[in-house]
Amino acid sequence: MTILTDPPKESFRLSMLLYDTRYRSATIQVIAMFAFMLLAAWLINNAIINLNTLGKPISFGFLSDTAGYDINQRLLDYDSQDSHIRAALMGLLNTLVVAVLGCITATIVGVFVGVMRLSNNWLIARIMTVYVETFRNVPVLLWIILAMAILIETLPMPRAFKGDTPTATMDLFNTVAVTNRGVYIPEPLFSRSLGDIHVLGDMALRFNISMDLVAFLIVLGLSIFGMRKVTARANAIQEETGDRPKTWHVLLGLLFGPTLVLMIVLGFHLGYPELKGFNFKGGIHMRNSLIALWLALSLYTAAFIAEIVRAGILAISTGQSEAASALGMRSSRTMRLVILPQALRVIIPPMISNYLNLTKNSSLAIAVGYMDITGTLGGITMNQTGRELECVMMLMAVYLVISLSISGVMNWYNNSVKLVER
Amino acid sequence: MKKTVFLGALTVAGLAAGVAAAGTLDDVKARGKLNCGVTTGLVGFAAPDANGEWGGFDVSICRAVAAAVLGDPTAVEFVPTTGKTRFTALASGEIDMLARNTTWTFSRDVDLKFTFVGVNYYDGQGFMVPKDLGVSSATELDGATVCIQTGTTTELNLADFFRSNNISYEPVPIETNAEGQQQYLAGACDVYTTDASGLAATRATFEAPADHVLLPEIISKEPLGPLVRHGDNEWGDVVRWTLNALVTAEELGVTSANIAEMTAGTNNPEINRLLGTEGTLGAMLGLDADWAKAAIMSGGNYGEIFAMNIGEETPIGLARGLNAQWTNGGLIYSPPFR
Repeated sequence: MTILTDPPKESFRLSMLLYDTRYRSATIQVIAMFAFMLLAAWLINNAIINLNTLGKPISFGFLSDTAGYDINQRLLDYDSQDSHIRAALMGLLNTLVVAVLGCITATIVGVFVGVMRLSNNWLIARIMTVYVETFRNVPVLLWIILAMAILIETLPMPRAFKGDTPTATMDLFNTVAVTNRGVYIPEPLFSRSLGDIHVLGDMALRFNISMDLVAFLIVLGLSIFGMRKVTARANAIQEETGDRPKTWHVLLGLLFGPTLVLMIVLGFHLGYPELKGFNFKGGIHMRNSLIALWLALSLYTAAFIAEIVRAGILAISTGQSEAASALGMRSSRTMRLVILPQALRVIIPPMISNYLNLTKNSSLAIAVGYMDITGTLGGITMNQTGRELECVMMLMAVYLVISLSISGVMNWYNNSVKLVER
Repeated sequence: MKKTVFLGALTVAGLAAGVAAAGTLDDVKARGKLNCGVTTGLVGFAAPDANGEWGGFDVSICRAVAAAVLGDPTAVEFVPTTGKTRFTALASGEIDMLARNTTWTFSRDVDLKFTFVGVNYYDGQGFMVPKDLGVSSATELDGATVCIQTGTTTELNLADFFRSNNISYEPVPIETNAEGQQQYLAGACDVYTTDASGLAATRATFEAPADHVLLPEIISKEPLGPLVRHGDNEWGDVVRWTLNALVTAEELGVTSANIAEMTAGTNNPEINRLLGTEGTLGAMLGLDADWAKAAIMSGGNYGEIFAMNIGEETPIGLARGLNAQWTNGGLIYSPPFR
């Protein structure tokens, strides 16, 4: 015979929140949360009150005022009569330019150095070690200033290209001018251009879309689509017959043919830099400040990436490369097809933080007078308007968004290359 | 992460604003030291000498205020500021006053909430170019590369000048005068522009000053003067009247050489009031009776300070010009000590 008894009904008492281990941790968390929010509220309130007594309540109205200053490197049209928000946008684009250029260069140099550091050639391995150790052990600001000083002090000034007996001449068949104000390279021009489309009319975020660029992108997209089709067909034939038809000439034609035709249709030609007055005119002007910042940031970050790559490669057991060479693969193919794909899984997560570091380090730009967002919004605008808190908060938000976007993209890439577990 | 940074910024702002509200005069007296913002180095105006002692035209104002308030012209902590950091430093209370050839403008006074206590140098923005560039007027500078200190009024004047003359230029923003000098001398920019006095001071430090010319155009009014935060009028009065004391001393012929003799008593009541032997002007300011005497003794009267640091006898060689006493046809004029 069994006796069923209900367990005694527990009545909930308030003291259980503290003495009952089931509830205690939740209680503590709730209290901590409240304390934290009170502290935050007090801080915010304090800041607002103090700013009000100072006569500077938080407001973002200054963003639509006239900026009044000029920016040398601007990717969209801008003049001193535009608003502060437009100036900030120019700065943001400059930040993005140097970050993207820097990340790409740092990756290329870093992977190269990382692989070379493992080379069996004693000299090459040592040289790479010296590179890594010198670059990562000196603050990046010093590298930036050094790069700028070298560019300014060693290269000829535009005046040196002048006169009957110039002391400096242009390079590469008179197409590239290397001066201590930057490098002028030829620019692509179209005599039968399709023109631009103005987007957003007169607003601060207005921009132009070059129809030439759009046309090129469409043609390139179609070419790549065609190339995929050809490759798929070749794969199918190979599956069926075991023979792979020759496709490289078709692929090459598909890649370049339509683009070349479009270039001729649009009347493509190069615009060369020419010395006029004080400076070179025409061509694309890559300013010293950009080059110095780009070089210093990418070489500095590349030293860290090299170590990450080396660690990633060393993390792959030697059995893998031995197996590959047992199959008769050359060492370069082993690296490309066996080691690197596996190493990427180890490499990518720390790589993300290096990309983030590079992007954030780009805020040192003002040291060489590169007008990034810290120089425009966090520099001149903040100084002229006296809106420190607002500007700094906006700056932080901007860097946060950039960093989160980079992390997002890289995490997505990481997911796509990581080991698929079955 | 975002929250912590955000809150951190708020804390800083909150604390900073809290500091700003207190009475600066009492703070300075309690601290026993005046925190004075100066440039990072502009010979003649504010620069450390070989022994690390700060000296110069702006520095003398700091020393005079320290002497008036604390009785000791050396009780100054000089805080070097750039064009960009100076206002934040002052607004946050990091410095008590700013004497950094700063232009008095409407927006800085009204919008940035600072009080300019007077003008110690009437200046204007000029251009310096190498002589062999063959430029004789700023209107010939179409397409030139111009070095400019960021965060200054000169930046805005420059944009306006080139726009109104319908010519183009390429700005090269720089942080400090030293950087500007380096870039200019290396030829990374054709033109260096800042206040004409600053150009003269910079040129004086060149190896071959004669190879560089100042263009005739002065494109702006730049009244330079010391400033303090809005809202602390007692402190503003102290700095204002210290500056006025130096100016008045020159007008009345009180110099660091004859001041001891004058303190013994003169038959000019204004001198007596200034030097504290008559009346209670010092007590009204909350200072000792001999505050102005101490200020004048720290570096001499306005004319002496000018002559010693930037005058025609110095390498910088600036003429008094607009900065002569009103009695000599200049603009330097102090309200009466009464």
